[in-house]
Amino acid sequence: MSPTLFFLLTSVVKMLVVFTVIMVGVALMTLVERRLCAFMQDRLGPNRVGPFGLLQPAADGLKNILKEETYPAQAEPWLFVLAPAISFTPALLTFAVIPFAAPLATKWGVVPMVVADLPVGFLYILAISSLGVYGIVLAGWASNNKYALLGGLRASAQMISYEIAMGMSTVAVLLLAGNVTLSQVVAQQQLSRTWNIVPLFIGFVIFLVSALAETNRVPFDLPEAEGELIAGYHTEYSSMKFSMFYIAEYSNMLTASALMATLYFGGWDVPFVTWNAAQGLAWWQVLVTLVAFCAKTSFFIFLYMWIRWTLPRFRYDQLMSLGWKVMLPIALIYLTLLGGAIWYLRVQLGWSYGPKFAWALAGLNLVLAVIQLWVLDRGRIVSGTAARRTA
Amino acid sequence: MAIGVKVLKRPTAQTSYLRASVRGMALTFSHIFRPKVTMQYPEEKGSKDWTMSSRWRGTHRMLTDEQGRAKCVACGLCPQICPANCIKLVPGEDEEGNRYPLIYEIDEFRCVFCGYCQEVCPEEAIHVGWHYENAEYSRDRFVYDLERLCAQTHPVSTLWDPADPKGE
Repeated sequence: MSPTLFFLLTSVVKMLVVFTVIMVGVALMTLVERRLCAFMQDRLGPNRVGPFGLLQPAADGLKNILKEETYPAQAEPWLFVLAPAISFTPALLTFAVIPFAAPLATKWGVVPMVVADLPVGFLYILAISSLGVYGIVLAGWASNNKYALLGGLRASAQMISYEIAMGMSTVAVLLLAGNVTLSQVVAQQQLSRTWNIVPLFIGFVIFLVSALAETNRVPFDLPEAEGELIAGYHTEYSSMKFSMFYIAEYSNMLTASALMATLYFGGWDVPFVTWNAAQGLAWWQVLVTLVAFCAKTSFFIFLYMWIRWTLPRFRYDQLMSLGWKVMLPIALIYLTLLGGAIWYLRVQLGWSYGPKFAWALAGLNLVLAVIQLWVLDRGRIVSGTAARRTA
Repeated sequence: MAIGVKVLKRPTAQTSYLRASVRGMALTFSHIFRPKVTMQYPEEKGSKDWTMSSRWRGTHRMLTDEQGRAKCVACGLCPQICPANCIKLVPGEDEEGNRYPLIYEIDEFRCVFCGYCQEVCPEEAIHVGWHYENAEYSRDRFVYDLERLCAQTHPVSTLWDPADPKGE
């Protein structure tokens, strides 16, 4: 088998598998979300269709396909149809660069378990994930509905505000890895046997909050705020087009969770195991790493849902002030201090990256976290307008 | 705040968003493992915490005497008092001068389930009962005739007693 043919074949297989798994995963996530929400509210949730309600997503999908599609009379016809697709595509595209398992050694060569191992992996994610907002803004505008438009406006403002803090917080990861390829980021975490959560946990918290805002999840779900905007940008959508927004939201969530696992929790790295993955691993080892990756991703998905059913939604001014007055300065200061610390350890003391390096940085993070929790977070991080006026 | 909104002074020194959030999340997490309150309706129709009130007023039932005849004497009080005007009664009389209903129909669609018919009935013949699963395939099935009213077997509701308003 020629290398080109082999590459094409494995790529196509990977694409199909990843696409299918994401779609099934998204369907299951809608069910898990509803069941989990019910459990947190002492209810049972949908448990009628199939065992444990597992076929509920299929029933929902069937219902959505059979429903009538409504078009508002004054809507912009082209953009109205295009918007769900625009919001849906980037969510799936982003997953292409995330390594979901260790490379597999076959007799024809090593198969990297990532759809496209781009050398610009991380930049690609930042670029594509911000495209998702176009779908939402266009949906809001094309519907020719005031609530939808407000939802779209909020989405754009929110995404722009939090994109910066998100980018800043991840620069720290790149500083440690010295590379923007995600498989290299994972390899660095695996070889040093210290996940990035240790040296960079404040960066992780910033990333987590920004990712919540980027995916429009509670407490940042202002674009679709039911109480104020009916359903926000998808007010006028019905049938499968509405479903597309749902799929987009959940696949965004899936990608963000996978990204958190990759950047901060070692990606497919199995804890307490030292496998040299550079030459590829045997199939069972690859399977174990896949399970590890799925477990980490599922944990973050659970975290997303947990947060959603706990916290109330921010007010719009709180959202903006949190983004610009808190997250951005913290990210900037953090990046400066961390860059300084890395320079000091690497250049002045001549350490190379390893557990000692990581724990030294963890000490810095701890000091910063104490300052953040005990000094900054005293009615300042999120407070009512009244508190800020009197302060 | 342009309009006259009363702004409450809140303490700023002791408030923390992050810690409050973490506490909230601990609470929701603990609820995942608590017993669920859902009653799975078609299989469960009551639990130890919830039973139907003895005064629940559902669809009607006509009580019968030992010979299986309706207790109704066609006095005409129930169609008289019915606020929804849903009871149709045509009285008849046999050779001995006993009155009985020739036609007794209740339109359950018009009925407002006030229970006045039961309260007013001197013979304790017509009652509202506990039955509440009334789905039918056609509208005219909701006009219950005498035969059907007599054939109902569900428990009847108890009247409200002014001397014992809470039913104790």
